[in-house]
Amino acid sequence: MAFKIVASQCTNCTACEALCPNEAISEAKGTFVIDPAKCTECIGHFDDPQCVAICPVDNTCVIDSAYPRYQA
Amino acid sequence: MTEAVFPEGQSSQPAVDIGDVMQKLAEHKGCGTEGGSGKASCGSSAGPADMAPEIWEKVKNHPCYSEEAHHHYARMHVAVAPACNIQCNYCNRKYDCANESRPGVVSERLTPEQASKKVLAVASTIPQMTVLGIAGPGDPLANPGKTFETFRLISEVAPDIKLCLSTNGLALPDWVDEIAKYKVDHVTITINMVDPEIGQHIYPWIFWENKRLQGYEAAKILTERQLLGLEMLTERGILAKINSVMIPGINDKHLVEVNKAVKSRGAFLHNIMPLISAPEHGTVFGLNGQRGPTAQELKALQDECEGDMNMMRHCRQCRADAVGLLGEDRSAEFTTDKIMAMDVEYDAKGRKAYQQAVESERQAKVEAKKSELDGLEKAGDKKLLVAVATKGHGIINEHFGHAKEFQIYELSAKGAKFVGHRRVDLYCQGGYGEEDALDTVITAINDCHAVFVSKIGGCPKADLTAAGIEPVDQYAHEFIEQSALVWFKDYLAKLEAGEIVHVDRGDAAIRQGALLSQAS
Repeated sequence: MAFKIVASQCTNCTACEALCPNEAISEAKGTFVIDPAKCTECIGHFDDPQCVAICPVDNTCVIDSAYPRYQA
Repeated sequence: MTEAVFPEGQSSQPAVDIGDVMQKLAEHKGCGTEGGSGKASCGSSAGPADMAPEIWEKVKNHPCYSEEAHHHYARMHVAVAPACNIQCNYCNRKYDCANESRPGVVSERLTPEQASKKVLAVASTIPQMTVLGIAGPGDPLANPGKTFETFRLISEVAPDIKLCLSTNGLALPDWVDEIAKYKVDHVTITINMVDPEIGQHIYPWIFWENKRLQGYEAAKILTERQLLGLEMLTERGILAKINSVMIPGINDKHLVEVNKAVKSRGAFLHNIMPLISAPEHGTVFGLNGQRGPTAQELKALQDECEGDMNMMRHCRQCRADAVGLLGEDRSAEFTTDKIMAMDVEYDAKGRKAYQQAVESERQAKVEAKKSELDGLEKAGDKKLLVAVATKGHGIINEHFGHAKEFQIYELSAKGAKFVGHRRVDLYCQGGYGEEDALDTVITAINDCHAVFVSKIGGCPKADLTAAGIEPVDQYAHEFIEQSALVWFKDYLAKLEAGEIVHVDRGDAAIRQGALLSQAS
């Protein structure tokens, strides 16, 4: 599984992009997106998923249930 | 765009004794915040006698650091720093409105290259633009790569422009050396508390060492970092302004403690601003009904803190992409589309010539003010407020119906002193007056005895008089302070002759919400 960004909630503040340890976040079509192939839910890097911790709008970086949980 | 948002390194405590520097800064008295005591406080081109020449050089044409300068010089903010590392209960990053005038709100963010182009375009159009600030819409030091790259580009193309930034202070200690390197002479830190017990009601969280921290722990780290950052700036001779948001019932009384804490650490200027809070902003305070202060509550706190510290009372709480004189916003003239199409050449010589003309204009104003200081002793301990409609230059040059704000002056035995401003809705929209808008104006200047304008229609004149506010239009296009003092002496003479009776005025409201006038 990976995190995803709810586009309608995203303010494009860019804060998550620089923090992602996997460089999984990029800007696309005026909002930010997470590449599920790169996202490790920050497992092995940090205790807390960084995009969730920095996002100024609650419930914007959420688990994408379309993907299985990341296995370290 | 891969930059380290939060540096790993922690700065050490300042090693040298900074007592001397702090003493010098803390003892320095007001730039334009002083009443008409007869000395040329920041109004003289040579600088006031009580200010070190190097400090005068830094503030004389900075509209945010000198009340006197803000009538003449303009600033601009470039919105290159969208990311933030803390959450404040008065901020909602989801909110954006072109007509909303408030920090943290911008219409578009810029790359450092776009920002540099925009600065050139504005500097060529507005020669009195002397200051470039980075104030967000997030925190400049949570976007250090973009912030410092912008400063670097601008110092190359427009070296005469003063650079400044505004921060929440969390990351400040890590970047003080970089700030000094780019010759950023002015740093504003928003400090709303020095007690984490109070801070936890203002800051729901901070992002610290890759974690989101909440409550007391978060506020404790924040206040420690803010005060350390302030000490480090003082140590390097960088002027620091402290912004505090006055939140009634939460930190209003506590801001006196904040004032003492920042003064003792060498802050140059303290700016206590009213909370802006409306439900439609979607902020925590807006939604839970937290009110902002009234005009009198704000002034009483500012007066209490004034003592021997400079208080800023001319802050317009502007947007992170504002352009122009404080109180005006010309950002719509400089959208990215427009600036990219502009062919601009930086005319350093022309700018200098224009600014020299501004200096002589400013000198004339100071002389005019001095000429009316005699004969004020009759006032005794009487103090009253007057409102002024002005477009800048320190002159009464705005029509009552066109005023988007009124400047407030306190008249007393000491002279005329600028003590604030009040935003109002545009009363005159397309040539016809509106009753409700006039009520808004009266509510906003209800604590004033008179309103000085260049022109005013018959109807509003009658309504103002009925509300106990004297409309004064005989000083059109004359200097504000000089005219107000002439009027004041006349008022005192009439009192003495028994022609009028002095009546105390009530409180006034501080306007919330978007500036509707720009939509029309």
